[in-house]
Amino acid sequence: MKLKNWKEVVPGAVVTEAGSALKFKTGSWRSSKPRWKEENCIQCLFCWIYCPDMAVKVKDGKRAEFDYDYCKGCGICALECPGKKGQKAIVMEEEGK
Amino acid sequence: MGKIVAATGNEAVAEALRQVNPDVSSAYPITPATDIMQRFTSFVSNGKVKTEMILVESEHSAMSGCIGASAAGGRVMTATSSQGLALMWEELFIASGTRLPIVMALVNRALSAPLNIHGDHSDGMGARDCGWIQLWSENAQEAYDNTIQAFHIAEHMDIRLPAMVCLDGFIISHSIERIEYLEDDKIKNFVGEYKQLNPLLDLEHPVSYGPLILTDYYMEYRKAHDEVMSKVSKVVLDVAKDFEKISGRKYGLFETYRLDDAEIGLVILNSAAGTSKDVIDEFRSRGIKAGLLKPRLYRPFPYKEIGEALKGLKAVCVLDRADAFGGSYGPLFIDIASSLYPYKERPVLFNKIYGLGGRDYMPAHAEQVLSELVEAAKTGKVKQIKEYIGVRE
Ligand code: SF4
Ligand code: SF4
Repeated sequence: MKLKNWKEVVPGAVVTEAGSALKFKTGSWRSSKPRWKEENCIQCLFCWIYCPDMAVKVKDGKRAEFDYDYCKGCGICALECPGKKGQKAIVMEEEGK
Repeated sequence: MGKIVAATGNEAVAEALRQVNPDVSSAYPITPATDIMQRFTSFVSNGKVKTEMILVESEHSAMSGCIGASAAGGRVMTATSSQGLALMWEELFIASGTRLPIVMALVNRALSAPLNIHGDHSDGMGARDCGWIQLWSENAQEAYDNTIQAFHIAEHMDIRLPAMVCLDGFIISHSIERIEYLEDDKIKNFVGEYKQLNPLLDLEHPVSYGPLILTDYYMEYRKAHDEVMSKVSKVVLDVAKDFEKISGRKYGLFETYRLDDAEIGLVILNSAAGTSKDVIDEFRSRGIKAGLLKPRLYRPFPYKEIGEALKGLKAVCVLDRADAFGGSYGPLFIDIASSLYPYKERPVLFNKIYGLGGRDYMPAHAEQVLSELVEAAKTGKVKQIKEYIGVRE
């Protein structure tokens, strides 16, 4: 994307385009990454509710994959995930490993 | 023809605000500015204005309320002093960086510690580089006139910046003077209908305010702000011309008093300029070519125009009613020195700090400074660049 120069920016940094946060891929900030272990998932969708970045996807009413473009790796989903029989369905792993 | 009354500076500012009739005001009381908002809230209670009045719990909240209301799309104003302005500091930059044309009366008062409630420019000077426009006023009439013009300047589509109108605490805010008010309809026409720009309440065109701007864009916004500051002088002069048409009163970027053929000159802000003018008359009657320059638009500072006006003098003294504690000179002195730096031929320059915490500035002080200027003009030498006057040694 070509960056705007100082004459082109909107005065006062007002964002006039709706939904433009989509263009800001905050996933690049992540230092640890959640991994979904589907075999332990009970489909409670707590992770979907708790994720502050809407980075847990739901398809046809069912838990789907993470959206790593926006997941900041905060670990909230992993903390809240009840999993099955004491086995978490989300685990955090260090990025780049 | 307007109405001639006897009124205090605060009363005059409150009257201007009544006539402008802004959409929203968010304020918190502080001496000596309290009186402005106290009068204004009476106007609100008595149905004299249609303003939505938000009474908040601190100045930080007062300015936050102004920012929200201005972003929502309203014409907004407030008033404060001293510690109140200091508590707003964070918000001042948000208002200017977001380019919100809020108008604020600043009744200049000393900053703590030690605690002091009297007239002093430390508050306004501390906020001089926060991206706001600053208009300074010698007396109640100028405070009234500047308040009205400030709306027009701040809201100008080329500018869209917040503006502060400064007047001296107690000396002007609480002293009664002769003042001429303009008719309500004239003021209404002068400020006109408020034009919104990207208002939050325009649900057809949703916008967001206050985004995070990182290394890739922050400098572009700062450069755009700097550029807009460079356009303010022209707008101030245009607005002054329009204001002269309805009031007969002339305003510029600064006022000069007997400066055209002057050899020595004082540079001084606000009320003390009045006292100085009398003493200048006395020196003139003795055949001494003395003059005065009183800045009005202090931010952005008209460096070029002021440099041109002062460069031909032999000696100039800048009087500051605030010290800058930078290990150097008073803030006004620093600006005047910068404005003269480009000229090879320039006056010798010195700085006096006076009137801190409301200490009286007397004709004798102006006499002392002018006599020193006569000497400096003769010898081309300055005995001490910066000195406190009216202080016990
Ligand atoms: S780690 Fe945080 S941001 Fe990523 S999916 Fe889980 S809750 Fe959302
Ligand atoms: S919180 Fe855990 S168990 Fe519940 S849906 Fe998400 S991954 Fe599955």
